[in-house]
Amino acid sequence: MLKVEGVYQSYRRSGLLRRTNHEVLRNIGFEWEKGECLGIIGESGSGKSTLGRLLLGIDKPVRGSITFDGKPIADRKTRRGAISAVFQDYTSSINPFYTVRQAILEPLRLRKSENESFDFGSLLREVGLDESYLDRYPHELSGGEAQRVCIARAVASKPACILLDEAISSLDGSVQMQVLELLRNLRETFGMGYIFITHDIQAAAYLCDRMMIIRGGEIEELVRTEELANVQSPYAKELLRKVIS
Amino acid sequence: MMPLKRLLKDKWASVSLAVVAATLLIGVFAPLLAPHSPNEANMALRFAGASWSYPLGNDHLGRCILSRLIYGIRPSVLWVLAALGASASVGAALGFAAGYFRGKIDAVIMRICDIMLSFPGYVMTLAIVGMLGAGLTNILVAFVMMKWAWFARVIRSAVMPLADADYVKFSKVLGMGSFAIIRRHVVPVALPELAVIASGAFGSMILQISGLSFLGLGIQAPHAEWGMMMNEARAVMFTRPELMLAPGLSIITVVSAVNFLSDALQKAIDPKLMLTGKRAKDGGGKWTSDLGKKEVA
Repeated sequence: MLKVEGVYQSYRRSGLLRRTNHEVLRNIGFEWEKGECLGIIGESGSGKSTLGRLLLGIDKPVRGSITFDGKPIADRKTRRGAISAVFQDYTSSINPFYTVRQAILEPLRLRKSENESFDFGSLLREVGLDESYLDRYPHELSGGEAQRVCIARAVASKPACILLDEAISSLDGSVQMQVLELLRNLRETFGMGYIFITHDIQAAAYLCDRMMIIRGGEIEELVRTEELANVQSPYAKELLRKVIS
Repeated sequence: MMPLKRLLKDKWASVSLAVVAATLLIGVFAPLLAPHSPNEANMALRFAGASWSYPLGNDHLGRCILSRLIYGIRPSVLWVLAALGASASVGAALGFAAGYFRGKIDAVIMRICDIMLSFPGYVMTLAIVGMLGAGLTNILVAFVMMKWAWFARVIRSAVMPLADADYVKFSKVLGMGSFAIIRRHVVPVALPELAVIASGAFGSMILQISGLSFLGLGIQAPHAEWGMMMNEARAVMFTRPELMLAPGLSIITVVSAVNFLSDALQKAIDPKLMLTGKRAKDGGGKWTSDLGKKEVA
């Protein structure tokens, strides 16, 4: 279980004479249950990617705590095997000197137990690719293929939670749909949960159980997807209206 | 492997590589290749012209010029290479640390570099040589002390965009340690660029060492060094110009070869050319813009 309590994040801007604090996140608090898919929806600049970095433990919040099963997420021992990620920019998601095999092997190497006989073929087929991709380099893959490899890499170590930070936003329409479908199937197969960060409310609605709408660094609304139609806050209503019209 | 193949396709690059490699080999095997001892004076042959046993003639003490040229490779090229290696590794270690960890580490290292770089290089080298005394070792020490800061700077700015890449972020998420990440994901990707930076600096370092030796601050008298050979030939510049031409042309040849090689290396490892196949078109733009940034920095 991932628990976020009273998280504040701000960046210091040092001017010539005085320093100003630019607050990016204010009083964020929510819980993510195992196996759940939680959508974090917000426009650019709403602080959703900053929140993503905090959830991944890459950055530490100024105030508040983020814990995974009671242990702080910023401790890298907590993260091992517990959490994984897929990022937006598939061009820089895989080391350019690594083959697909090496890329997928990386999370496995950290969990030495499954090292010897890993079935690359079935994993790749699971994400809609096959063994022939194993010895390819990232620059030989298309965007959709690269993102599938990234998903396979994230799934390989069977983490409890995968954070998808705008993972489908840089793909084109039909491929987006395929990847969403794939994520849904993977969830059924492996029983893992997602935290799905996106600006695309439709994609989130397709995949997520609950949705958290953030705006200007604050949680605007946290609803179950089924109850999306009767959101309370004016901003969430506005967002929905835009999508429907 | 691929970059080397591409490098060899370029005619100028292969010639330069051959020249540099040959120079290094001749320098290493100088005792086997030199026809005479470089310090063996023979006043009977003073200013003698070219002959079969002395192909490039003899200098003002009757020493074999060819042998002196060959032995001169050692201080002029090999020792410069060692100094380059030393300063580049110090600079690389600090540059990687600064570029990867950022924050306070970066600030401290960069401020030290700022201080080092605010001294004028030549004056500082002269000051160090003045304190420690003339001699090749002291010059090389001065070089390492002056150059590491520059390397740290340049390498830091090369490492910074690499440390931002998503695959580094992903490894962090997995809980991999910083040093493992640097070793696996930052160093290998930065290495080709490091090679370009180092080879670019190599040429100018050869020139500077020769320059300092020309001024009499480098290697001491009986030993051969290209800059010093030019200084010795200065007295007879108009009557026996070939004495000056031999070391002069050697310097020009080696430095040009190094510079050509550095340029070709840059071309050979340009990631734009590395993109083959499907993604070449849409991936190309991003890489170029990244590269442009680095060149400015």
